[in-house]
Amino acid sequence: MILDAGTGVTFDWSFFWGHILEPSSAWLTGLWRTIYISVISQALGVVLGFLITIVRRSRLAPLRAVGSFYVWVVRGTPLLVQLVLVYNGLAATGIYKFSDITVGDVTVLGVVQAAILTLAVHEGAYMSEIIRASLDAVDHGQIEAAAALGMTPSLTMRIIHIPQAVRIVIPPLGNEFNLMMKNTTLLSVIGLQEMFLTAQDINSTTFKTFEIFAVAGCYYLFLTTVWGFVQRGIERKLGDPSMRVPRQSALTRLTGIGSRSTVRVEH
Amino acid sequence: MAHHTNREADITHDPGTVLSARNVVKRFGALTVLDGVSLDVHRQEVVVMIGRSGSGKTTFLRCLNHLESIDSGEVLVNGRRVGYREETDQPVEESPSKIAVARRNIGFVFQHFNLFAHLSALDNITAAPIKVLGLPKNEAQERARDLLKRVGLADKADARPSTLSGGEKQRVAIARALAMRPELMLFDEPTSALDPEMVGEVLAVMKELATEGMTMIVVSHEMSFARSVADRLVMFDSGHIVEQGPPERLITAPQHDRTRSFLRLLTDGA
Repeated sequence: MILDAGTGVTFDWSFFWGHILEPSSAWLTGLWRTIYISVISQALGVVLGFLITIVRRSRLAPLRAVGSFYVWVVRGTPLLVQLVLVYNGLAATGIYKFSDITVGDVTVLGVVQAAILTLAVHEGAYMSEIIRASLDAVDHGQIEAAAALGMTPSLTMRIIHIPQAVRIVIPPLGNEFNLMMKNTTLLSVIGLQEMFLTAQDINSTTFKTFEIFAVAGCYYLFLTTVWGFVQRGIERKLGDPSMRVPRQSALTRLTGIGSRSTVRVEH
Repeated sequence: MAHHTNREADITHDPGTVLSARNVVKRFGALTVLDGVSLDVHRQEVVVMIGRSGSGKTTFLRCLNHLESIDSGEVLVNGRRVGYREETDQPVEESPSKIAVARRNIGFVFQHFNLFAHLSALDNITAAPIKVLGLPKNEAQERARDLLKRVGLADKADARPSTLSGGEKQRVAIARALAMRPELMLFDEPTSALDPEMVGEVLAVMKELATEGMTMIVVSHEMSFARSVADRLVMFDSGHIVEQGPPERLITAPQHDRTRSFLRLLTDGA
């Protein structure tokens, strides 16, 4: 189509505000799927990432190789390719077809199962790298001190290593969850009716392209902003309050607490 | 039978000897750090190890509780091997859980304190007694409070390590090691990371410990401490023990050139 300079810019404000303030039930269903798929996939990804980290620290070389191979393949291929391979590819070759599962009153769609599985496996590879770095960041002297007190490696891991690594892991974990929520838009490709695919459907019937994707953008911005506040709350709760005074810069780097006040004081 | 040999070893073991290191060899790659070091330490004895940096004294101390593996020789604490299986001629490393059991008896105090940063002073001290020895929580806390009182930090039970001074941290670290009721205490340069005004408070705690009859092996260059507390001074050089004896004799009449030049270095530096 040829751009007609005479038409001018049109933006249907009432359409935009209508969808922001009074979303349809289809939209809310899409929003809900975006949220619960993100949360479940992230949680499974953290568990998987931790297991992969443990495997990669094993004393057995073959186990370490398996862990490294997993991270190499999953981080080295696009999420979009992984989604299509798992949902469409496996079914097309007849290896496995995801079908709906009903437990009690709840039905989990096949496509949702495939989505959560793929996102979790994908996230696991990234979380494993983050968890590995966080464990390595814990002062080695403390690990030696635990050993010298007669603690076994697994006990040391539980009561000395992990509690300190958790504090280090939270900021990058927050980043990952932010990415996860936005990555759910890719699920539209395998036909999962989440928020982005709902926007696409509305677009194809109304042709209000800018308006409806602006609405979608606002909803994602809302989700990531809410998460930002939640993350800060978690960091504040896990942070060591006694560390604030003597080591403010380290704490600020670790948790973000004090960064605003520090800047303002200097202004 | 393996058990039989163990029991025999116990019977032949001299109960007055807490530590017995025999021909300990330790290499880091091509570098031989310990070239066949032997040392017996008797119950209630205080041994201070000196020597230039790189002479092997700290590595030797770390081998005594298997923080470092050894390439040959053996370390026995109360007649039992540390870190390696009893029944084998060649050193075969024990499982991590067995090594952990052997370490319960051996306290270790580090140069850089290594307190658990996320735990209060009290929780630093109670962690191992509760989780390793299975002591009930209130009993472990009672033990910890007694120890904090002994090291002069009764009011610091709830303090985080980051709020303590270097001297306070090291005293908490000593209390943490003592909470396991070890039979042998190892100190790796316990005062060398401290500001000068804090050295005294840590040495005072160690001195009291020695007076109470604790068996101690200390890597330190605090000569006044060695003079007043040590029963024996051991001089390391190039992975060997070159000279040992009562501190007074070693300091005033060293037999070995290396000892003489090292002591001169210490006094010049002071």
